[in-house]
Order: sequence, then C-alpha cells, then structure tokens
Amino acid sequence: MRPEWNNFVGGKWESEINVRDFIQKNYTPYDGDEAFLAGATQNTKDLWAQVLDLSKQEREAGGVLDMDTKVISTITSHGPGYLDKNKETIVGFQTDKPFKRSLQPYGGIRMAEKACTDNGYTVDPEVSEFFSIHRKTHNAGVFDAYTDEMRACRSAHVITGLPDAYGRGRIIGDYRRIALYGIDRLIEDKIAQKNSTGRVMDDWTIRLREELSEQIVALKMMKEMAASYGCDISKPASNVQEAIQATYFGYLAAVKEQNGAAMSLGRTSTFIDIYAERDLAAGTFTEEQIQEFVDHFIMKLRLIKFARTPEYNDLFSGDPVWVTESIGGVGIDGRHMVTKMSFRYLHTLTNLGAAPEPNLTVLWSTRLPEAFKKYCAKQSIASSSIQYENDDLMRVTHGDDYAIACCVSSMRVGKEMQFFGARANLAKALLYSLNGGIDEKTRKQVGPKYRKYEGDVLEYDKVVDAYDDMLEWLADVYVNTLNCIHYMHDKYCYERAQMALHDRDVRRYFATGIAGLSVVADSLSAIKYATVKPIRDEEGIIVDFEITGDFPKYGNDDDRVDTIAQELVSKFMTMIRRHHTYRDGFPTTSILTITSNVVYGRATGSTPDGRKAGVPFAPGANPLHGRDTHGAVASLASVAKLPFNDSQDGISNTFTIIPGALGKEDQIFAGDIELDLSK
Amino acid sequence: MSGRIHSLESFGTVDGPGVRFVVFVQGCPMRCAYCHNPDTWPMTGGKEMEVSEIIADYERNASFYKDGGITVTGGEPMMQIDFVIELFAEAKKRGIHTCLDTSGIAFNPDNAEYVAKVDKLLPLTDLVMLDIKHIDPIKHQELTAQPNDNILAFAQYLADHDVDIWIRHVVVPTLTDDDEYLYKLGYFIGGLKTLKALDVLPYHTMGKSKYENLGMTYKLEGIEPMDKSKIPAKKAVILDGIKKRRADDAK
Repeated sequence: MRPEWNNFVGGKWESEINVRDFIQKNYTPYDGDEAFLAGATQNTKDLWAQVLDLSKQEREAGGVLDMDTKVISTITSHGPGYLDKNKETIVGFQTDKPFKRSLQPYGGIRMAEKACTDNGYTVDPEVSEFFSIHRKTHNAGVFDAYTDEMRACRSAHVITGLPDAYGRGRIIGDYRRIALYGIDRLIEDKIAQKNSTGRVMDDWTIRLREELSEQIVALKMMKEMAASYGCDISKPASNVQEAIQATYFGYLAAVKEQNGAAMSLGRTSTFIDIYAERDLAAGTFTEEQIQEFVDHFIMKLRLIKFARTPEYNDLFSGDPVWVTESIGGVGIDGRHMVTKMSFRYLHTLTNLGAAPEPNLTVLWSTRLPEAFKKYCAKQSIASSSIQYENDDLMRVTHGDDYAIACCVSSMRVGKEMQFFGARANLAKALLYSLNGGIDEKTRKQVGPKYRKYEGDVLEYDKVVDAYDDMLEWLADVYVNTLNCIHYMHDKYCYERAQMALHDRDVRRYFATGIAGLSVVADSLSAIKYATVKPIRDEEGIIVDFEITGDFPKYGNDDDRVDTIAQELVSKFMTMIRRHHTYRDGFPTTSILTITSNVVYGRATGSTPDGRKAGVPFAPGANPLHGRDTHGAVASLASVAKLPFNDSQDGISNTFTIIPGALGKEDQIFAGDIELDLSK
Repeated sequence: MSGRIHSLESFGTVDGPGVRFVVFVQGCPMRCAYCHNPDTWPMTGGKEMEVSEIIADYERNASFYKDGGITVTGGEPMMQIDFVIELFAEAKKRGIHTCLDTSGIAFNPDNAEYVAKVDKLLPLTDLVMLDIKHIDPIKHQELTAQPNDNILAFAQYLADHDVDIWIRHVVVPTLTDDDEYLYKLGYFIGGLKTLKALDVLPYHTMGKSKYENLGMTYKLEGIEPMDKSKIPAKKAVILDGIKKRRADDAK
C-alpha cells in the first residue's frame, strides 16, 4: 500500500479508480450531535473580514471589482492569487487575485465582450479579433447549424434559456480522485483508456481519442497550477488539509476553464472526513485546525465569480454559480452517510455567516440520525441557506455516490454527466395550438401553420388534440436544437478538466426541461370544468380568455386537475424520448425553473386559466401563486404526485414559510416543549 | 356520526407535537376578548362532516403526519363531545396520535351524563392542550364572559385520569400580564402531575380584521400587542409558581 494510504482499509479502490469503494470501506458514520464543533479561528475571522470588505467595494463599484480583459483563462493562465498568503490554509483563485473575473471566450466571444462592456471594461481588440476570425467559438458553431425554425423558437421564447451562447455547465468532475490517487496515477489511467479504444477510426473513436488527449493535457496543467501555489498534487494527499486542497484544485481547474450555468462541487464531505478521522486519531491536527481548513475551503467556494451580462443575471435572478455540495444521504448497505464532516460543512454557516453559495444540499432520508436532523433544522432556522433533496427517492436509481448539479440534477459522480437543456415553454405551446402556430406576442409564424382554434367556447377534447400535435412539433424542434448545441459545445468548448475526472465511458443524460406546468394544468382544468371563451383581436388571434364558473386548481390535492399535470409530464417525456439524441444521450426532463419563471411569464400571453399576459409563471412544479388554498400539505401532495420516472432530472417546489408558522420557538419546531424546571 | 366543522388545516405545526392535521370545529360558548377566531363562535354555520370523511382526508396524506397526528380545536371541541369521541376512536384504531385543544369550559363535574362521556373520551386522547385564560375567577369572567371553576376542575380531572397536559396561556398587556396571577397560575398547574409542557404566548392583534369583517366590536381596541421579548420573564414567573407548588407537595 502507498504510504499516503496508511491505516486505510484496502480494496478494489487500490487497483482501480473507484472513490466510492474507498468511501464505503473507510468512512465512519457519526450519530452524535454538534457539541464537538470548533468556532472560527482568528485567521478565519481576519480573512472573512477582508472578504466582506472586498464585497463591499465590489457592490460600490456596481457589481464588479475587476475583470481580466486580455488573458484568456486556462488552468494555468494566471499566477497564484491570495487574500493573505500567511493566513490561508487552503489556497487558489481563478485569476491572480481575488474578485478579479476571468475572461472565457470559448463559449462565445460576443457574450464575453458584452459581459465586459456592460460592466465598464473592454476586451482587448486582439482577443476579439482572434476569436472572431481565427478561432471559432461554441456560439458561432451553434448558429452555423441552427435552422430558421430553431432561431424563431429561440427568439419567441417558446424554447428558452438555451446554453448556446454561454457554458452549459452541469458537469461535476470527481474532484476527490485527485486527493485519493494524485494526478500521476490519473494520467496513467487516462493513457490506458486511450490505448483501450477501438481500432476502427469512426467518428466515435476519433472523438473519444481526441477528448482523452485533451483530458491528459488538463491533468498535466492541474499539476502545474498546483505547483505555482507550492503544492504537489502528483501524489495522493497524505492528510486532511492536502485532501481538501487537492479536491479544491480540481474544482478550481474546472471554473478556470468553464463559465457554466451551474458549476457544482459534488459529494466531498464524507470522503474528506476519512482523512480527518485518520488525522484526529494520529494527533496530526486538532478539531479547530480541521474546521479552519473547512472554513477556508468554503470561503474559497464563496468567492468563485464569473463575468456575466445583466441579461444573464436577470434570467437567473442574480449571479449564481451553483457550487452545489451534496451532504449526507444513506448508503445502499443501510448505513447512513452522515459524518462529522457533514456537520463541519454546515457549521461554516455559523463560522462565516449565512450565504447562498456553496449551495449546501442535504440528501435527506427518514433514516438520517436524529441529532443530524435536528442540527440541520437549527442551521436552516438560523441561516435559511440549506437545500434539501429526497435521497430515499434518488438512491433507488442513483445509488449512494451521486451528487446534485445545479439545484436538482442528480448524477453519479465521475460516471455520469449531463447535457444541460434549458426548457420548453409549455404554456406558450398551448397558445400556439390555439393560434395555429402564430406567436401571440410577436405575431410571427413560429410554430407550424396548423388550423387555428375555431368556435366561441374552448372544448376540452378539441383543445387537447390540437395541443398534442403542437407538443409533438415542439419536442422535435427542441431536441434537435439541443443536438446542435451539445455537438458544438463538445467541439469548441469541451470541458476537459471535468471530464478528465470521469470514467472513460460515461452515461450522458440528455436533459430537457419544461416551464409553465401549473399554468397548463390549470388552463386545461378550466377548459374542462368551467366555461372558457377565447377573446380574439381584429387579426383573429386569441389574446385573452373569459372564464365562467369555477374549476379545480393544481395545488389542492385534487385528482381532477393533478392528473392533468401528471399526464402532461409523462406525455411530453414520451415525445422527447422518440427523438435521436446527440451521443446517445439518455433523455430526461426537469420541472425546476427556480427563478427564470419570471422571465418566461413575461414572454407569454394570457392563458386560459385566467393568468394575464406577462404575469410570472409559478417556479418549478409549484402551484400558481395563491391558487393553493388547502394548506401546505395539500399543495405539496399535488407536487408529490408528479411522476419522477418521467422527470428524472428533478422536480422542484419552492416552499416559503414564515418561521412563526413552523412553531413558536425552536423546541416546538423540534416537536417537544417538555417542561424543564432546571432553569 | 358527523360534526359541525369550521375548517381543516393540512399543515398544523403549532397545535401539538409534529406536523398535524388540524380540525377546527364550529361553535364556542367562550367570548374571550382576544379571541382571534370569532368566526368560530356561533353554534350554527360551518359544514357538517362525517368522521369517515375526516379520517379519509387524514389518511390521504398520512405520511406527512407520521411524527404528528390529529388535533381537534375550534371553536370548542368539547361542545361536540360525541363527535370527538367517535373521531378519536377511529383515529386510535389506526394508531394516530390524538390531541384535544380545549378551554375546558364544557366540563361540568355535577353532570353525570357528561362526565360519563368525558370518561369515554379521555382514554382515546393522547394529549390535552388546555388554555387557561385567567386563574382568577372574577378576572376570568370579565375576560371571557364565563366562570373558570369548571375549567380548573377539568384540569384536575385530567391529571387524576393520567392524561398528559400542555398548558397554554396568552399574555395580554394589562389584562393577563400581572405577575401575582401568573404565579398563582403556576402554583395551580404545578399541582397537575401530568403537566408536560407550558406554552406562554404573546398576545397579537392579527384577529382584529376578522372582527371588522364580521361587523363586530373588537374589545381590546387600543391594547398593543405583547412584546415578545418580555415573554421569557413572564414564563419564568409561572415556572416559579410551579416549582413552589411541587416543593410544597413534596413536603
């Protein structure tokens, strides 16, 4: 056994790249409470004060403090950067100093230029010229391939948020591999993979060989980047500090080269805990030191920044990176996977204060230890910064070493990746089916010229018939648009750093998404159970609806309408599955617009459920605002009926409740207010 | 068997342990000046619902309530004691935790027929949340238009029959915030051996708009909401009373 692996339980993981096997053989479940946690050290406090000061300066400067306009970001493009070298125990920034945003033109030069101009900077003209004339970008490639119809769908927002001008993201490298194996071993493995490809040089093999070569280059560059910080990651990490540092360097390499729509971290805490336990037992580090490493690591993750345009920020209601870290869950052998490190990660919300990034996500199971559940509740109440996802649901298909990319997309770390696919606007498609493919806002013929709805009252069967036809068209153009996007992204903006930390043969999820689910469910319910009259303008376009009578609304645990929502999801997914997907991607869909529902609503005319033109959709799978009138459980029950098998990329429900409604004091929330006469 | 129901809440988090399915019954004889549900006062109105319908509603989403259960509140549930007995009997058959949130006003130790019904109800009840409005008989009459002797008798009856009790008390500035009475309250409830919890609540004015909508006069016009930060001190006074009583009883 290698000296760095002393005292670890050996296994398959020694002879093959298999982080899960290492974790399962070595982790220590922790059933205790948070009493062992250590507070912030003086160094942590000093560094965080420095960050707060820089954040203030950044806000005062209008949102951006500094941008690189000349040096194209690669893994090794910038020398080391620090807040305070003597105080940082975990190091590394995207550029040569904190708060300086990097220049990433491979996704699209115009987006990179605009991100600079909108923030008062100008991209070096030589860079602009190079990426306009000499080197094609992902964005340019996509638009070379797009059909007129795809362009029309895009500008009419019937397909929205497409990653055709920016990085698609949603790929999680298995950054832990660097800590466990060291770069040299990973390079050896990649060379072996390259030697194992088929000998017939068809498209697949040529592409694979080229990509593996790119991955090897990326691994070598990671080693070089780490060396510039004085760290050697060619060998396995020998203690917890090195393990965190190596994991972070892997992630840092990814964000230096990809300005993706979601750049998630994976599932690192239980892995890291194995090193912490070994160091605690050997007396190498104290609890306080280990917490300091974690605090500094999380601090670094909070400082990941990208150059983005105001429109991008508008779409996502902010400037999210989605540094999602998945914590906890239960193993398939029945042991829960909560460790002391799970607590330490959540404890950063106390030591550094609340923050939206990294997106700390607890993989929730009824079988998590009680003390951890209570601690989660406590930290949630104090910080409002923890996301929860249903491990009992996802473990069935994903096992116990998956992680969440972005907000809900689950994938097995290092074995699966995703082609991010934005979403189709199903509410707009319903209007297209009534208006014969003419866009209700722009009056352009976007969809096929099917017959317009005739008649003074909307009849359910007729509407559903026409809608099905329109959805078939939409699924077709949507999947093919995504095929163009992912072909070009692989070609011109390949994620070599993240993919270097994957197996050779990965499963590629071909993600799609839907927006406006509750709008359509309520619209069809209104048409079925009330009387809906279309109102046409002088051109004969239906612009509004007159509703007489009441109808069941999604969000009240009422099967009459909930079934409509369920069927819609399954129907659209079936249509998606009928199409060819790039690289044989496994098609999935999601119902998860968390913020962009506002933008989609703005682009969509009045709908038959009584929602007026421009009014926001509900986020994700939520009922429309104010329509769930039977309390939270009824509302959640409607959402819970949606079929996960037909929405495997995730279903999100944004649930907001005032703390007072969850109990009057912490103890009541926890379910008991036992009389304590000792105080 | 049907009950007269004001409304159902599928996600109750402040009416007993865990997440609870809450049944608000229609009708209450108390006229508490600070009541925030005056719409539940009339004995008419609401809608008739069968026990089986309520149980079916509960079971539909039973997984949400696995650490909670059913709470019946109101209104005054014990005005419809036959209905509550049957509801709780059906609940207990299914292993559902039952909680009765009551003022105790309907109890009358001299009414043998009613006491017999209470004796049927209590074995089906896992927890009673008893809201004692005021410990002083005269002040209680002023505040609620009802005497408190039967309420206090009910509290004792619960303890004697081994039913767990949570006491709730709303602190209203100038009306129920006097330390002397809070201490007396504590001294009284300290004698209840099944007392499990004490929940001291600050008075709020969120019910006021309901009175306006119902065309009723709000009696506490001009009284400010209770400052939350003062609640722990008020609770401490009650706890002192409890401790004194326990000490005296131990002698």
